Amino acid sequence: MNKVLMQGNKVIGEAAILAGCRFYAGYPITPQNEIPEYMSERLRQVEGGVFIQSESEIAAIHMVVGASAAGARAMTSSSSPGISLKQEGISSLAACQLPAVIVNMMRGGPGLGNISPAQGDYFQATRGGGHGDYRVIVLGPATAQELADLTMDAFDLADAYRTPVMILADGMMGQMMEPVVFKEPKPRVYPERHMMRGAGTGKHKIIRGLILDPLEMEEHNWTLERKYRVIAQQETRHELYRAEDAELILVAYGTGARIAKGAIKRLREMGIKAGLFRPITLWPFPTAELRELAKRNKDFMVFELSTGQVVEDVRLALQGYARIGFHGRPGGVVPTPAELANVIIRQYDPKQGIAEHQ
Amino acid sequence: MKKVFCRPKSMTDTVFHYCAGCGHSITHRLIAEVIDEMDIRGITIGVPPAGCAVLAYKYFNVDMIEAQHGRGPATATGIKRMLPDRVVFSYQGDGDLAAIGIAESFHAANRGENITVVFINNAVYGMTGGQMAPTSMLGQKTTTSPAGRASLLDGHPIQISEVFTLLPGTAYIERCTVNSPAAILKTKKAIRKAFEYQLDCRGFSLVEILSPCPTNWKMTPIESNRWIDEVMSKKFPLGVLKDLPAGEAKKGGKTP
Ligand SMILES: Cc1ncc(C[n+]2csc(CCOP(=O)(O)OP(=O)(O)O)c2C)c(N)n1
Ligand code: SF4
Repeated sequence: MNKVLMQGNKVIGEAAILAGCRFYAGYPITPQNEIPEYMSERLRQVEGGVFIQSESEIAAIHMVVGASAAGARAMTSSSSPGISLKQEGISSLAACQLPAVIVNMMRGGPGLGNISPAQGDYFQATRGGGHGDYRVIVLGPATAQELADLTMDAFDLADAYRTPVMILADGMMGQMMEPVVFKEPKPRVYPERHMMRGAGTGKHKIIRGLILDPLEMEEHNWTLERKYRVIAQQETRHELYRAEDAELILVAYGTGARIAKGAIKRLREMGIKAGLFRPITLWPFPTAELRELAKRNKDFMVFELSTGQVVEDVRLALQGYARIGFHGRPGGVVPTPAELANVIIRQYDPKQGIAEHQ
Repeated sequence: MKKVFCRPKSMTDTVFHYCAGCGHSITHRLIAEVIDEMDIRGITIGVPPAGCAVLAYKYFNVDMIEAQHGRGPATATGIKRMLPDRVVFSYQGDGDLAAIGIAESFHAANRGENITVVFINNAVYGMTGGQMAPTSMLGQKTTTSPAGRASLLDGHPIQISEVFTLLPGTAYIERCTVNSPAAILKTKKAIRKAFEYQLDCRGFSLVEILSPCPTNWKMTPIESNRWIDEVMSKKFPLGVLKDLPAGEAKKGGKTP
């Protein structure tokens, strides 16, 4: 396919359509409004497409529950406060083992916050987000090209594991225009037996999250957990950037990783051998891959657009085997690569290593 | 000998968990009988609520997807839009529909979603132990209105059916009850009509059922049935509240 210049939010919409998404419900919120707008137009053009501007984010996610149960590839999108409202339904999707794709174009928070790019929803996204014992696969794209690729992959992952998948990006990713090539989507593999379409002449189907018997509920929890373990073993993704000869490894995702790459260029110009470890799957976090790096690297620097969320996963991965520094800017402030480089110069001495974050 | 009474095919062989004299069990049976008589078991999808009817999926021998509290009409919307030729019904209590799920219900009705809502109005939150509902009567004592519902503190009982008649997306709205054999037969006719309207793509249909909850009303089943006649139906008058002639039906809630 041809290379096109496209805004991030629209890239998600187009990738979803190409992946066979035929149901979208959502409620407007900046900075992701181009997604529902784009979907409202495109779903009119494709056969069987349904777009609903719902009365709320809660309604949207529960419409997605219904559409997914009926067998559709279904998606909803929102930004931070709206994603909080969707959590009831996301928890339901996980419990009922229904596939769906949820996009969160994060903004500054907590509360109503602002509409600037931020990464403060990392905990919410990677720890399940709603009530109960479950996980959501979380993908953290860093370029428009990745928005396209990962949106398509999100639908495949959701089907393969019958679980909700979240695209976690921010207003900058959503608003920015970049060249994109849409890959050929894979044909959908999703057995009819999982779809609820009326019993016909056969046995009736039940989809439910309610399991009153504690032992049965426990067994269901373990069933989910076994699935999450397979995901954690098989689906981690990450990118290494200039890490081969690096002495200091930055860890950052999404927009943060873009800034980190700029900082690395500057640091290298100043003679500091810095590289990047970029988690692409935020859950499952590429823990083993990061730990592997700690066999030769003893200095890590976490950078995020929040006050210290990713750094917890990095600590869990490195388990005290390496020193961990930290820089974060929350609230919708987007630091420049120069700022990050300056912070690192202050915290990092090639002889003594990184000043540890307490 | 001819068999004149048996379990509807659309019902499973499961003992109800409902209290003696409860309106849920009667209503379940009526829905199942209608599904049988219309021969739509194979194309029907039910959406039970959180509420005393939370286990309804065990009793109906049709496809069922449990909704979160109040979200039934949203989930039903998602199903129906993807499968427009299926019969989709959402089964909801008064807390479910008129409180936590009022937005989902109101907007599904306003969009004219071509679904049927069976609305059990028992003037309390049955499942959670008899708390005040949006439909509790003024003066009604519940576990959270020990001095009786007071309009200035708690608002007035919401007449959902009347309010929904104002929405152009609604095609058929009837309020019934299940407190006597005659009333039960009427309710069955209403449910059937609602399903028929749905098959005819006429838009949103709602059957409200004044339903006894002897346990939380602290009455015997007979007293409960009497209370519906003497108190509840004064605020919630029975009858057809809206019935759009076929030509005028909006054919709403459809994706072109
Ligand atoms: C989000 C959420 N809040 C609260 C509850 C607890 N809850 C379950 S059913 C119910 C009320 C049931 O009352 P109603 O809808 O009138 O149905 P009934 O039990 O009377 O048939 C409540 C509050 C819940 N399940 N989910
Ligand atoms: S508590 Fe009330 S509504 Fe619930 S089953 Fe008992 S009688 Fe029926």
